[in-house]
Amino acid sequence: MSTETLLKTPLHALHLELGARMVPFAGYDMPVQYPLGVMKEHLHTRDQAGLFDVSHMGQIRLTGANAAKALETLVPVDIIDLPVGMQRYAMFTNEQGGILDDLMVANLGNDELFLVVNAACKDQDLAHLRQHIGELCQIEPLFEERALLALQGPAAVKVLARLAPEVIKMTFMQFAPLRLLGVECYVSRSGYTGEDGFEISVPAASAESLARSLLAETEVEAIGLGARDSLRLEAGLCLYGHDMNTETTPIEASLLWAISKVRRADGARAGGFPGADRIFTQQQTGVSRKRVGLLPQERTPVREGAEIVDEHDTVIGTVCSGGFGPSLGGPLAMGYLDMAFTALDSEVSALVRGKKVPLRVSKMPFVPQRYYRG
Amino acid sequence: MSELRFTEDHEWLRAEADGSVTVGITAFAQNALGDVVFVQLPELQAYDKGAEASTVESVKAASGVYMPLDGDVLEVNPALEDSPELVNEDPMGAGWFFRFKPADADAVAKLLDQDAYDRLIKANAEA
Repeated sequence: MSTETLLKTPLHALHLELGARMVPFAGYDMPVQYPLGVMKEHLHTRDQAGLFDVSHMGQIRLTGANAAKALETLVPVDIIDLPVGMQRYAMFTNEQGGILDDLMVANLGNDELFLVVNAACKDQDLAHLRQHIGELCQIEPLFEERALLALQGPAAVKVLARLAPEVIKMTFMQFAPLRLLGVECYVSRSGYTGEDGFEISVPAASAESLARSLLAETEVEAIGLGARDSLRLEAGLCLYGHDMNTETTPIEASLLWAISKVRRADGARAGGFPGADRIFTQQQTGVSRKRVGLLPQERTPVREGAEIVDEHDTVIGTVCSGGFGPSLGGPLAMGYLDMAFTALDSEVSALVRGKKVPLRVSKMPFVPQRYYRG
Repeated sequence: MSELRFTEDHEWLRAEADGSVTVGITAFAQNALGDVVFVQLPELQAYDKGAEASTVESVKAASGVYMPLDGDVLEVNPALEDSPELVNEDPMGAGWFFRFKPADADAVAKLLDQDAYDRLIKANAEA
């Protein structure tokens, strides 16, 4: 694909100015790294603060008295009782219980919900919403209208507080409309790095000036998609299309925690989302495979797609994400494994270029999450 | 130090006084790869030209390093095991990969010289 056919975020010119190396990602021309390089960008984010352009992601507003109830028919998550000013992780499931996408849902109050979905899935998600709940609430894609910035790292709060002191009081997963540089933004205390930080939805026309003013702060560096991936992997967070897809259920993906208690088989609003029967059956009778953390016992990175074998060379799973963790100081991976091998500290091997690399089943996150919970 | 030769796969070669040839990847290659986190070095054995003798893993991806000529690998750079970042920091020096004895001693001189390699890089940049 030539770069002419790729979409650009409102920060595209700024990325080029900053010397970013651009790559095609989900149909967009995106910065994979800046001159600092993936390793230093990653470490800087954990040490101070990093600014990420995630404007390729899809922002969608649902409006209407029945919006929460309607959305609940598509996700196994409690949306009806999501408090105003809070955000929650969710996933769209299909009739087989497979995952169509994962997303964040925030309650803006006034019968408004604010969704952030994955870039590669946003058109399909929008069609899915319109098809199933289009009659029940107003669905408004904000794909062109709004940009999304993530400011992540231990210094993020100090930096953002210079523009809006209110953010100091926010806790993990809180969501608030705030004025930044005189512009109405939506700010959530969340992210995809395992660090404290914020995601900021800003009108597209104001995105560059906001990004420039955040980058002007001494603590902040621009961070590309390369470090975004290594940061999320160390934090044990799933990447849609890799660590889960339509062929994996939330149970197999080890995302049972994300299914709200009230929506589970014994909950007050049990089921009522696509694939509920299969998911409940799996929860009760177990699954044949699930997603686990894997630590290579050598320095060789083990990448997505590598087969996992037992001591008899029988294939027992596949690596879904893998690479090198700069903060961990070594390689790390996630993979789907037959249940018999999923116990913590189980020893298996991955096949890398015809050689067996020993792996140990490990708990996740690989590095401690440092969310601010008040 | 003798004159350097290059391959289209962005390796450099330096003929040593004892008839062996030292191989590494160019500054251009390490820059394109990004931070190197692991190098799988060749075995001490014969490889055919074009065989994937070594693999270099950056934070982003794995890339093959190919045998530039038929030959026997005599020595690998032990420093890369614990310090793969040398490939980024000093690609033409301390970040060398391996030393081999070419089957045809004259073949080295027929590879790209510095000017030809520079033209290749320039053509790549404009492509």
